[in-house]
Order: sequence, then C-alpha cells, then structure tokens
Amino acid sequence: MFKSIFRAIAASVITLLICSAAYPATVWFLARVVCPRQAEGSLIYGRDRSVIGSELIARPFKGAGYFQPRPSAVDYKADAAGGSNLGSNNPDLRAKVKERAAALGASDESPAPIDLVTASGSGLDPHIGVEAAYYQAPRIAAERKKTVAEIKALIDRSIDRSGQIWGAQPRVNVLMLNIELDQISYTR
Amino acid sequence: MDTFVDLLNPIFAFGLPIAASIPLGIWAARALDVPDERAGKGIDKIPTSLVALFAGKTPEKMNWKRYATSLLWFNLILFILSFLILLAQPFLPFNPDGKPALSGDLIYNTVCSFVTNTNLQHYSGEQHLSYFSQLAGVVWLQFVTPACGLAAMLATIRGLRGDDHLGDFYVDLFRSLIYLFLPCCLVVAIALAATGVPMTFAGSVKAAFPGMDEQTIARGPVAAEVAIKQLGTNGGGFFGPNSAHPFENPSPLSNMIEVCSIIVLPMASIVMLGIMLKARRHAVVIFGVMLSLVVAGAIVAIAFENRPNAAVAGLPVVAGPNLEGKEVRLGATASATWAAITTATSNGSVDAMHDSLNPLGGLVPMSLMMFNVAFSGIGAGFENMLVYIIVAVFLAGLMVGRTPEYLGKKVEAREVKYAMLALLIHPLLICVATAIFASTAWGKGTVANPGPHGFSEILYEFTSSAANNGSGFEGLSDNNVPWNVAAGIVLLLGRFPALILPLAIAGSLSKKQRVPTTSGTLRSDTPTFAGMLLGTVILVGALSFLPAVVLGPIADHVERSAAQAKPGDTKAPDAKPGDTKTPDAKPGDTKTPDAEPDDSKAPDAKKADSTDSNIKADVSNNTGANSTNITLTGVNKS
Repeated sequence: MFKSIFRAIAASVITLLICSAAYPATVWFLARVVCPRQAEGSLIYGRDRSVIGSELIARPFKGAGYFQPRPSAVDYKADAAGGSNLGSNNPDLRAKVKERAAALGASDESPAPIDLVTASGSGLDPHIGVEAAYYQAPRIAAERKKTVAEIKALIDRSIDRSGQIWGAQPRVNVLMLNIELDQISYTR
Repeated sequence: MDTFVDLLNPIFAFGLPIAASIPLGIWAARALDVPDERAGKGIDKIPTSLVALFAGKTPEKMNWKRYATSLLWFNLILFILSFLILLAQPFLPFNPDGKPALSGDLIYNTVCSFVTNTNLQHYSGEQHLSYFSQLAGVVWLQFVTPACGLAAMLATIRGLRGDDHLGDFYVDLFRSLIYLFLPCCLVVAIALAATGVPMTFAGSVKAAFPGMDEQTIARGPVAAEVAIKQLGTNGGGFFGPNSAHPFENPSPLSNMIEVCSIIVLPMASIVMLGIMLKARRHAVVIFGVMLSLVVAGAIVAIAFENRPNAAVAGLPVVAGPNLEGKEVRLGATASATWAAITTATSNGSVDAMHDSLNPLGGLVPMSLMMFNVAFSGIGAGFENMLVYIIVAVFLAGLMVGRTPEYLGKKVEAREVKYAMLALLIHPLLICVATAIFASTAWGKGTVANPGPHGFSEILYEFTSSAANNGSGFEGLSDNNVPWNVAAGIVLLLGRFPALILPLAIAGSLSKKQRVPTTSGTLRSDTPTFAGMLLGTVILVGALSFLPAVVLGPIADHVERSAAQAKPGDTKAPDAKPGDTKTPDAKPGDTKTPDAEPDDSKAPDAKKADSTDSNIKADVSNNTGANSTNITLTGVNKS
C-alpha cells in the first residue's frame, strides 16, 4: 500500500511539473514571440500611451453621440463577466426587452434590432450586427451634425467580415467604430 | 439573417474533426498501445523512463484489479494535492490581483469537479482564482484526468482483445500526456493566442476612456488553459462565462478551432478502438451511433435557437434568432451547434448561456448528457458505450434465445450485473438528487427563473454533474453548502463506478475462451446491430428521464406556446396553429412508463424507472408569479 501511495505522489509531482510549469511556460514564450499584442489582451492605447480599453471587450458608451454596444447583464464589468441567465418565459426578461426597445425609441414602423435589446452571454460582447449599427446612425448623425450617409459610410468601412467561410455574420466592433467616429468629428 | 450561410458552421464543425480524427486515432493506437516487445524502445523511451523514476524499469503487467487500484490511488492523491493547492491560494505566488481564500465547501466542490474531468464551476475564474490556482489546480487536473479516462479505455480494450495483461496504468498515463495531449494543446494554444486569446502573467489592467467610468479588464494565462479545456473534454474556463467571453473565444476562427478541439479526441479514441481491436467495422458502428445522436441534437438545437425568444413576442423588435445570452460574432447557429457538441462529449464549455436557450433548445444539451454516450469523455465515452453494448447484446440474445456474445466472448450473468449497475447509477443519481432539491429549500430557494424553467435549472445541474459534463444553467445560485456538497457527491459517483465497472467487465471477459464465429453468431459490426444499439440507448434514456424532462423543458415550452396563443399577442411570430399541437402530443409521451408491463424486451430498463421517484408537478400557468410555482410529490411506484 505504501508503495502505491508513493507511486501516486511521485506521478502527481512529475505531471504537475510538466502540465503546470513546463507547458504554460512554453505557451507563454511562444505567444510572446508570435503574437505579443494579442497575448497581452489586444489592448488599445491612447495618444498618451494610457490604456483606453481592449479591442475585444465592450465598453459602455452611454453618450448619445456614440454607438451603443449590446446590453450587459453585468454592467460591462470586465472583471466579473456574465450573462443574464434569464429564461425565455421569465417576465423579467420581457420587461427588460420592453424597456430597452423603448429607450431606443423603437416602434412598429422601426423595430429595434434583436442584438440591441438582448444581453450578450459574456456581458462584454464587443460587436453589434451591421443592421444594429445602421439603426443607430440617424441618432449619431443628428448629435454630431453629420449626414446619415456619412455615418453609414463610416460603418461600411468598419464591417468585419472574417469567418464568413464558416457561417459567421458580418459585424461591427463598437469600440473601434467609436474611435473612428471621434476622428471624423470630435465632439465633447 | 441568412440561415443557410449559418449552416456552414455545423458542416465544418462536424466535418473537420471527423477528418482529423482518423490520422489522430491511428497515431494514438501506435503511440499508446505499444506491444510488450517494443515497450521502452524508440519514442516510447520518454514515457517509460519518466515512469522508471518512481516505479519499475519495465512496464508492469497489471490485471484489471491492479490497474483499477493504481488509477484510484492516483486520483485520491490528485484530490488531496489539488485541495491543498486551492486551500493555500492566498499564500502562493502568481496572484497579481490578490485573490483571497476560498470557502471550504467551494474548494471541495471544485476539487471533486476537476478530479472527475467534469469542470462544473461553482466559482467564477476571474473573480476567485489566482493564476497559480488556475495553472497548478485547474490546468494540471485538466491534463491528467482525461489521461486517466484514456488509460482506463486502453486497459478495457486490451481486456476485450484477450491480452494476458491490461498494461501499466502509469505508463499509459505518461504516454497519453506526452504523445497526445501535450502536442495537441501546444498547437491549439498558440493558434488561439494568435486569434486574440491572452497569454500573460501580468495582472488585470485599468482602462480609462475620456468621459467614461474606468474599466478593470481581467486577463491572464488564458490560451494555455483554453486549449486543454477543449481538447481534454474538460470545459472549465478561465472566466465565468467560459467561451462566451471574448478573451476565451475572440472570433469565429477561434470558435471553429475550439469546437473542433472539443470533439476531435473523443472521435479519435473510437478510431483507435477499431485499430486496437482489429475490428474496424465494429468501430464504425459505434462511431455512427454516437455521431447520429449528436447530429440529431445539433439539428434540433439549431432549429429552435433560430426561432425568436418568447420574451420578444409582440414587442417592437425585429424578428430574429434568440440572441439572449449569445454573442454577435458567433450567432445562434454556431452557438446551438456548440451546445450540442459540448454536451454530447462530456466537455461542458459553453459559448452561449444555456439558461437562456429557448426551452426545447435547452432540452438538447440536457438530453445528450442524459444519454451520456455520444462520444462523451475521452475514454469515459467508450466505457459508457460498452455498458450499452453489453445490454444490447444481452437483449438481442434474449430475442433469439442464444447466449449473447461480444467480440467472440460469452456475455454471462457477471458481466450483465456489472453493466446493469453502471447503467442504473446515472439515472438514479440525477432523479433522486433532483427530487430532493426540487422539493426542499436547498433547491427552491436557489433557482433564478420561475416555473418549470426553475425546475430545469435543478435538473440540468445534477444531470451535468452525473454525466461529468460541467455546463450549467448558470442562473442557479449554486455556490452554497448544500449545492457544493450534493453536487460533489454526484460528481464522484458519476465518475468512478462508470470507469471501473466496464474495466471489470473487460477483465472478466478477457479470461474467457474465444468461441468460434458461426452463422448463428450475432454480429456486432452490422447496420442491424447499430440499430439495436441506438434503440437500446434511446429506450433506456427515454424510460429513465422522460418524466423529469416533461416537467422541465417541455412544460416550459408549453407555457411559451400558451402565452403566445393569447389573443393580445397576435404578433407573436410563433403562434402558428401547428405549434399548439406540440403540447397536445407531449402528455401522451408521459404514458411511456405505464406502458412498461407490455415491454418485455426491456426488463432492466424497467427496473431503472421504478427506482426513480416519479415526480408529478402541478405547473401553474401564472407567468406573473415570481416564485417557483411547482409543487412536487414523490411517488415511488414500487
């Protein structure tokens, strides 16, 4: 029995060293060589070299002159991510969707895009669908004193079509789009 | 949205791993099943010399009992060491964000969950674990536990093949780590890092944007963990929302890499089985039965997730797929495909919140975990399937009045007893535990959604625990003493008997004389046998779980249809007349258990059902009520 326990402990220590020290160290080193920017979290820096955010993490743009990301069940907390976990028959979900649609000024003539009234799984979804971006264009054009066509042209330039080969839909990264937006019309 | 373009996702998600599983399976058979005369030579020198550091120079020739006890001792030490590592979290290095200690019951639950290759997480990675705990606690177990499953499978196959010994557990463990898991993980981890998955030991970063609140962005050595999370049928993510989090799954490309990684090694293990047994057609039968279950699940999930969420019916919202709890870069079809694949295999990572799936979309992951044989865990999947194979040949033997045989060995009372025991544990764990929690404050006070969906949350949690899956209806408040303890017990009982009993069956079969094949032999490599096996799996699964499923997802769906049929909601896109037939058809299904006495073909499945407490629910249709309005009465039929 002692022999069995000794073997189990020895095997545990060796596998621990291989799997938890050698393996992550190798991955870490290779990632730093191959893709240092992504390895650090795809961070975006401002003019003063301070971190503005991550390309992959939604930020709450609440001003009317910015594109809005999808609703977040966790208030965009990037250190406590999560979804709403509300079931489809939960009256709370219906109330939230109704409230969000009303806040967007949706009506039967101009219904709200589905991605702008439902919370994402992570609460940090950096993208919205192209229609959801177009839907916000008139509001942003009015706020920034631009034509809707100018804003739509900006959206069209920002569309990410990667992954269409395996069925992904075109989408727009809200943070990147808002940074572009500030470059064509600086309003604050 | 163009659903037909979406369908490219499942085509790739099934096609790529099927194609890759063949070379990987051939490689696995070569590298892991080394005949005695080649042991320790050539590439086999590395694993055998690592084992020689603490055991004999030549691999031991273990019988099934010795093999099983080695596996159990090793797992006991894994349990104790990982418990200590998590317990010591505040005092250990690589903790840049200063994560505090975890509660004892949470550590117990986490250790049970990771030692059993389940990765059910009652904690949230970025909030509770330091980088040291993530790597030394989580990643370590994510490597060694699938290797244990694979080792058990290797030994089982050697027994079925009639070898004079089943191999050496530790040599098998190191062979699979060094020649299967580590190389695959290195490739996948780097590929994922290139798509944007972070791999850093720096702490969280504070981001400031003019005019906005500061945002704290958690990160860490994510790529290393996500690779083994997917390849080792683990599923435990670095972040709370798992692969829905953009840092774990940043793009459609990373999603495709991950979803293929989930299923490729379980598929490859079946290819390996065919090569090791020299019974390719039999392996094709098993592969086909498993694949048909998961493909059927994916089709149903895709169909239901592309329908609108009931919550938006009648509101000024563009009709579209159910995007609550889903990410735009992935979309409904890819998320539904993932949901089926991750629960068919015992992976359990998610890229959408299963709690927010449409009711019958959510039924798919639940059912696949109840069957628990569609590829399932690496190694564990074949162990589960072997139990069904024994039952299927036994039933077939009864039908034609012959002593059943499997791979030329007579299947007799002892093997059938072991198989029945293994078969009964799974529904027993799920139904009894769910009945207890659904009828007491332990469960009722912790559900996040009212009505049948709340019951589904409890049912899903225990199904996921017993199947060693690890996904969840995460609305459930499960980080408390009753849940941590109960789920921990179900996890352990769901894992070890299911690994050891098939090994015992193989050990028992290996000693028997091979009977010559005659024209009367029931062949296990024909489409007829595939049908027999599929029928056994579905029949046993349906008889065991239908009552519970009717109370949860199906009642949930009926409630949705009823709400949408209300006159006020004429805009409800789903209020087609055809839909109202679904609820009418379902109550008929609940009669299946009553019809049992006629069903003389399944005496054992009947036993499974009568041991479960039959739960009757009074589902109130009052959607406005916020409390869980299910009343439950346990009726034991026997």
